[in-house]
Amino acid sequence: MQKEKLKGNPMSNNSSDRKINDFVITFGTVNGSGSATANTTIMRALFQMGIPVSGKNIFPSNIQGLPTWYTLRLSKDGYLARVEEDDIVIAMNPSTIRKELESLVPGGVLFYPDDLKFDLTREDIVLYPMPVKKIIKDSDVTPTLRDYVANMVYVGVLCQMIGIKLEMIESALNFHFKNKEKPVSINMNIINMAANWAKENLIKTDRYWVEPMKNTQGCIMSDGNTAGALGSLFGGLQFCAWYPITPASSLAETIHEFIPVLRKDNETGEESVVIVQAEDELAAIGMTVGAGWGGLRALTSTSGPGLSLMTEYLGLAYYSEVPVVIWDVQRVGPSTGLPTRTAQCDLTFVYFLGHGDTNSIILLPGSVNECFEFGWKALDIAERLQSPVFVLSDLDLGMNEWITPKFNYPNLPIDRGKILWEEDFQKMLDANGGSFGRYNDVDGDNIPYRTVVGNQHPKAAYFTRGTGHDRFANYSEDGEVWMQGMERLKRKYEHSVEFTPTPELDDNHNRVGIITSGSAYFPVIEARDILKNKGLNVDLLRIRALPIHDQVKDFIKSHDYCYVVELNRDGQLQQIISLSIPDKATNLISISKMDGFPLTAKWIVNEVLKKEEVDHGTN
Amino acid sequence: MALIDSRLSNINQIGLTRNDYKGAPSTLCQGCGHNSISSQIVAACYEMNIKPEKVVKFSGIGCSSKSPTYFLNRSFGFNGLHGRMPSLALGALFADNSMEGIGVSGDGDTASIGMGQFKHLARRNTPMVYIVENNGVYGLTKGQFSATAEEGLELKKQGVNTYLPVDICMEALVTNASFVARGFAGDPKQLKNLLKAAIAHNGLAVLDIISPCVTFHNKENSFHSYQWGKEHEVQLHDITFVPARDEITIEDFEPGSSKEVTMHDGSLILLKKLDKDYDPTSRIEALKVLEDAAHNNILLTGLLFVDPEAKTLFDRYHLPKTPLNRLKPDQIRPKKDKMDEINKLLFLNE
Ligand SMILES: Cc1ncc(C[n+]2csc(CCOP(=O)(O)OP(=O)(O)O)c2C)c(N)n1
Ligand code: SF4
Ligand SMILES: [Mg+2]
Repeated sequence: MQKEKLKGNPMSNNSSDRKINDFVITFGTVNGSGSATANTTIMRALFQMGIPVSGKNIFPSNIQGLPTWYTLRLSKDGYLARVEEDDIVIAMNPSTIRKELESLVPGGVLFYPDDLKFDLTREDIVLYPMPVKKIIKDSDVTPTLRDYVANMVYVGVLCQMIGIKLEMIESALNFHFKNKEKPVSINMNIINMAANWAKENLIKTDRYWVEPMKNTQGCIMSDGNTAGALGSLFGGLQFCAWYPITPASSLAETIHEFIPVLRKDNETGEESVVIVQAEDELAAIGMTVGAGWGGLRALTSTSGPGLSLMTEYLGLAYYSEVPVVIWDVQRVGPSTGLPTRTAQCDLTFVYFLGHGDTNSIILLPGSVNECFEFGWKALDIAERLQSPVFVLSDLDLGMNEWITPKFNYPNLPIDRGKILWEEDFQKMLDANGGSFGRYNDVDGDNIPYRTVVGNQHPKAAYFTRGTGHDRFANYSEDGEVWMQGMERLKRKYEHSVEFTPTPELDDNHNRVGIITSGSAYFPVIEARDILKNKGLNVDLLRIRALPIHDQVKDFIKSHDYCYVVELNRDGQLQQIISLSIPDKATNLISISKMDGFPLTAKWIVNEVLKKEEVDHGTN
Repeated sequence: MALIDSRLSNINQIGLTRNDYKGAPSTLCQGCGHNSISSQIVAACYEMNIKPEKVVKFSGIGCSSKSPTYFLNRSFGFNGLHGRMPSLALGALFADNSMEGIGVSGDGDTASIGMGQFKHLARRNTPMVYIVENNGVYGLTKGQFSATAEEGLELKKQGVNTYLPVDICMEALVTNASFVARGFAGDPKQLKNLLKAAIAHNGLAVLDIISPCVTFHNKENSFHSYQWGKEHEVQLHDITFVPARDEITIEDFEPGSSKEVTMHDGSLILLKKLDKDYDPTSRIEALKVLEDAAHNNILLTGLLFVDPEAKTLFDRYHLPKTPLNRLKPDQIRPKKDKMDEINKLLFLNE
């Protein structure tokens, strides 16, 4: 039906049901087939055309051969969250085409290689077969490159059919290949041939178009791991030890890549930061704690399984007050879980990490830009508070490419906290009757002074241990001493809110609130707008750090009830907030699930509306 | 002159007394081998004129790992986790690579839970002294078998050990450690010279020291006891450490009767021939003599292997001359124009 109706539409402009800059394209390919270049090139071209666009890579835990999908969402309104249906599918993988056919909306479009055999189960879609093999054969590309550039055929055909300017593609390719003429021209040649073929042989019968906008100015394209790495390097990172694990690896790899760019003295060749690929996470954290203790701004990056291994050292760092930063780029657990899928499922694990009484300071970046910002801030906070600081990102934020406001140079000076070198150490001694206690709270702010390895003052050294110790770092099994030390650590933790990022609020004094954190913020903003159109006005609060700030409690108190939206099975953020404000715990309604995919606004809206009906009556 | 003076008086060449190298009183058992090792560390550092502030101590967990509190009070120290001192030390040494690292571990700490980290520390040739106070048992947890306990060893509560032992020196050798020695807590003179050589070594110096546990494992007929050690020790050579500035008079040694190894800092290790010729620069020789010693039921001690010029961990990096931890904020934060450069690299849409 739909097909019939659309069929007559030529490539003209009279149609009122044109969908412009507001649709979803999914590329179904085979892992390892080199489609990433093609897909990012399209994303970059759209970005350059000023169109808000987000790209999500759904990939298997495999190097070659299994299906992988890449989804681009164009949103003139600037929504960057995942959506559940596809408008356009580029189906390059015969094994998944059935699934992709089902995901198409009525009136959707299927591009596919003309030699691909499949059962056409849909009549309400538009079909564009592409002569991929023929175009490649007709080109003069060397046989070894054929498979690789085959993806460029769909780039050309798609650009022609939806109106992406080829200049934009060319400039994106120039960027990708760092202006190397040869690869750019090989790829552009195929793209041009494919676009020409489409121009001459396909009649546009679908409704999807792109048009230039001006909505990406001042923005860059980056993933959160790159952002975190760069932020750390701008934050004066001096030491990073790590062990490979998806989805965290690219954070350390980017640090490695950018040391020569950002932290190398061009004259002497000296580098002011060290990176070590450790033998495992037990060692990665040991090295990081050693470096942090030695007075280096140190970090490690990992994901759930690695963090499990790091737990014991982090308890030691907590108790002996060693500053370290730990990036946990979350993936689906428990166990090896779904290693290439996203989640916010380590919140309670990290919050309570370690045996004994421990508390963790956690930062929750909610955008790629914030990954950069928290990259440098986390190092300041860790040194200021002499404590491990966790940054909980996730696979969606960390590995997917996002458009994000450009990174801002840190607006605060580097904070090394209370480190004393020889001269200041002597002054401190003079002011305190000649004695130094590593764990002595001389300022009454629960943060003692510390000296580090290499300090040549004969009184500067102390012995660090995870066993009971007194204010002077001497071994002690005295119960009273233990208690006093632990109470101070608790107070220090409670006061950490003075140094951690406060929540982001959008409060218009509505009755209902939504609380969320991290990348779940993107679908939540969109859900908020949809709910508004449906007559339900909600306020938003995005938590950016744990322990929670008073603003979170105030927000909860000033609303009848709040939904807590997150990407895990158990509603972990809701559990944590409930503990912090027990008398209002029943006012917190959990909306959570974990299937490995980023949440969508549609799902959140449905859940909210369901609960509104059941629990609170309809508006 | 100064040299003579300091030898006669109770202060060393940097004006410190033995007391300046002491630690807190030991809380280990009376007669524990670990205590005599601590004393020899104090003696070696004092005699080598090492500034305590230039030393940093590390350990894992165990009776042995408690030792760093019993020497060099004026040095920083970190008592880490069971089996995971190597990683801690590696990270901390990067903070100031001019520091002399001394790590103390146990046989449980190194050969069981910490085997992985130990091997990787050796593989990276992390410049530090790595002492294993090897008693064949877990002292601190009250006498269980460790991985270095010999097959057939019988202990009161544990019964008979049915597994084969791990030889820490062999493990170090096959992992490319650049200095491997075996000592015996019951042979303090040799131990002190081995310690000095280890401290002078630029790279990882593994010192496996048989250090009897008098409380849980000192049976006269067992490998890790004082008595057995005294009766079965065979020295590979008579080792003397000669600091870089001391002149040696060649006449002191008959030609051909000794080998000398020049260390990275110019000091010498003189190895006087005892029974057989031994070349400590051959890894394969070292493995062979260890294998023979095991067969012949002897406790072979001495410097098994040394490669004074092996590339170290720090040779693999481009560290600044100033210790990393003393860099000023403006030396670790890129300039503002770098931010623009980065944004452009990330496809900034201007
Ligand atoms: C993770 C962990 N597991 C177990 C222990 C308990 N533990 C403490 S010391 C020790 C063994 C120490 O043996 P060794 O290293 O040989 O030292 P020794 O006491 O014999 O000198 C064990 C198992 C611990 N502290 N940490
Ligand atoms: S138990 Fe054994 S190892 Fe521990 S202190 Fe006593 S003698 Fe030494
Ligand atoms: Mg032992």
